[in-house]
Amino acid sequence: MVDAEVQATLEGGNIVLPIVESDEGIETEELILNMGPQHPSTHGVLRLVLKLSGERVVECIPVMGYLHRGIEKIFEWRTYTQGIRYADQADYVSNMLNEHCYTGAMETIGAIEVPRRAEYIRVIVDELSRCAAHLVWLGTYGLDVGATTPLLYCFRDREEILDLFEELCGSRMNFNYYRPGGVLYDLPPGWLAKLERLLDRYEEHIESDYVGLLESNEIFLERTVGIGLIPAHIAVAYGVSGPIARGSGVEVDLRRTRPYGVYPELTEMKPVIMQEGDAFARYKVRVGEMRLAIRLIRECITNLPGGAVRARLGHVWKCPKGEAYYTVEGAKGEVGVYMISNGGPNPFRAKFRGPSFLNLQVLPWLLRGRLVSDAVAIMGSLDFVLGEVDR
Amino acid sequence: MTALEKLPLRPIDFEHDVIQRRPETDQAGLAAPAATAPTPGILAGDDNIVFASLTALVNWARSRSPWPLGYGLACCAIEMMATAASHHDLSRFGAEVFRSSPRQADVMIVAGTVTHKMAPRLRRLYEQMPEPKWVIAMGNCASSGGEFWDSYATLQGVDTIVPVDVYVPGCPPRPEALTEGVLRLREKIAKGG
Repeated sequence: MVDAEVQATLEGGNIVLPIVESDEGIETEELILNMGPQHPSTHGVLRLVLKLSGERVVECIPVMGYLHRGIEKIFEWRTYTQGIRYADQADYVSNMLNEHCYTGAMETIGAIEVPRRAEYIRVIVDELSRCAAHLVWLGTYGLDVGATTPLLYCFRDREEILDLFEELCGSRMNFNYYRPGGVLYDLPPGWLAKLERLLDRYEEHIESDYVGLLESNEIFLERTVGIGLIPAHIAVAYGVSGPIARGSGVEVDLRRTRPYGVYPELTEMKPVIMQEGDAFARYKVRVGEMRLAIRLIRECITNLPGGAVRARLGHVWKCPKGEAYYTVEGAKGEVGVYMISNGGPNPFRAKFRGPSFLNLQVLPWLLRGRLVSDAVAIMGSLDFVLGEVDR
Repeated sequence: MTALEKLPLRPIDFEHDVIQRRPETDQAGLAAPAATAPTPGILAGDDNIVFASLTALVNWARSRSPWPLGYGLACCAIEMMATAASHHDLSRFGAEVFRSSPRQADVMIVAGTVTHKMAPRLRRLYEQMPEPKWVIAMGNCASSGGEFWDSYATLQGVDTIVPVDVYVPGCPPRPEALTEGVLRLREKIAKGG
């Protein structure tokens, strides 16, 4: 079935299409199918070159770079504070987590002590941002497997989260809220009460709408259970992180295994881990993380200390010479920034580790030999954002 | 006496007469509705007789349901989805049918940063769309390069490769801003633009 000797030159022009034999003994010509860069289910501008033999995918070659905006180079041209705004743009669905990572690298180099109130606020906005990212994923994954209703439900809750963000920092996306040594603003009056009301509604919606709608749906179960199986050793070998790794039973959650901020103090922080490794397990992990986020935010609201939200650094703060690697458990996996400072006004180098880029590596392995109709369901369950893949 | 006053006909404003007119806003908030904006070339009598040139009627019909191309590039695409989703509901203005194929679309909403690698594909998608077609440049990146003004990899404004009808500023624009952009485009289409 799978012809290992396929050596087609894809973009060179001399494409040789060998005759292959299918399962049923029917001879078909191998077909090259371009999926993307404009395709509604590639979640952006990913292009997949699929070599098909009948209904089966023989080989999948992801072509990236359609959204390469040179963010890492721009980091070197901007000051440290200006760079926070560009870190937003990498994973534009969960912006706060990227900002946390970028400022965290600065704070590690400068050995800045962050006030405890700021750390608690950071956990709140991080987890809200994670919820917003998972809601976008859940809605679009519903679209991928043929359900339109989850998108409308998910964006209803996401809008409420974005309204809170807007009140907090003046923007619905691309917040520019983190600062070295804390956050920009304190919580506005009445914000926590609104947040609590939102959490109550949201918790109810998770059980009644998302879980109730999807997990009892025969089509959704048929398209996800047992599809896109990633064994634990493959997940480790490909460097997969985040909900995909945890859906395969790999116990890697940086909030526990490489803790940062005040996560070690939070008693509710228990990683969500599933053993199955299929698309449905990844869905369960993400829904579990939404519930976990609600519990974490509630704990933070209860224990929220008073005090300043930003360390005193003086008017002109300069990052001292040094280098650091800082990681944050993002919505897609391990977000990392390797920052080198030579004491100047801008970073000498800031390498951005986008988890989507590394999670995408497993896609060709996953699609090999699968049905082409499962390609969209598998790709959607990996949940990558192209801004982070291409940067 | 002008010719208009001799006939028992008056200019028709479809927004006002047929559909309820949307409230006007200014910097201070909700303002009084402006004077009626008559649809050019269409006159109506009180006994439900409409006189119109065919061009005006076709333009009016086209302006009521521009189908966008589902073409998300970057951050703005998320706000475009939010505009089409439940809370902001672009289908109130007939523009919610996001087509996956350019051959079925009327409006291309360029939502996001256009890179040099993407530019030829964008141009090809534009050429695949049937006439008449319009382009909305959504966000600062698509309008002028935006915050990637000094990046080596991005196009400085999508109007360097396709003609743009409406620019929607913002990074990313709020869903209300995109809705306003679609409404402005409707006015432009109704005028035959």
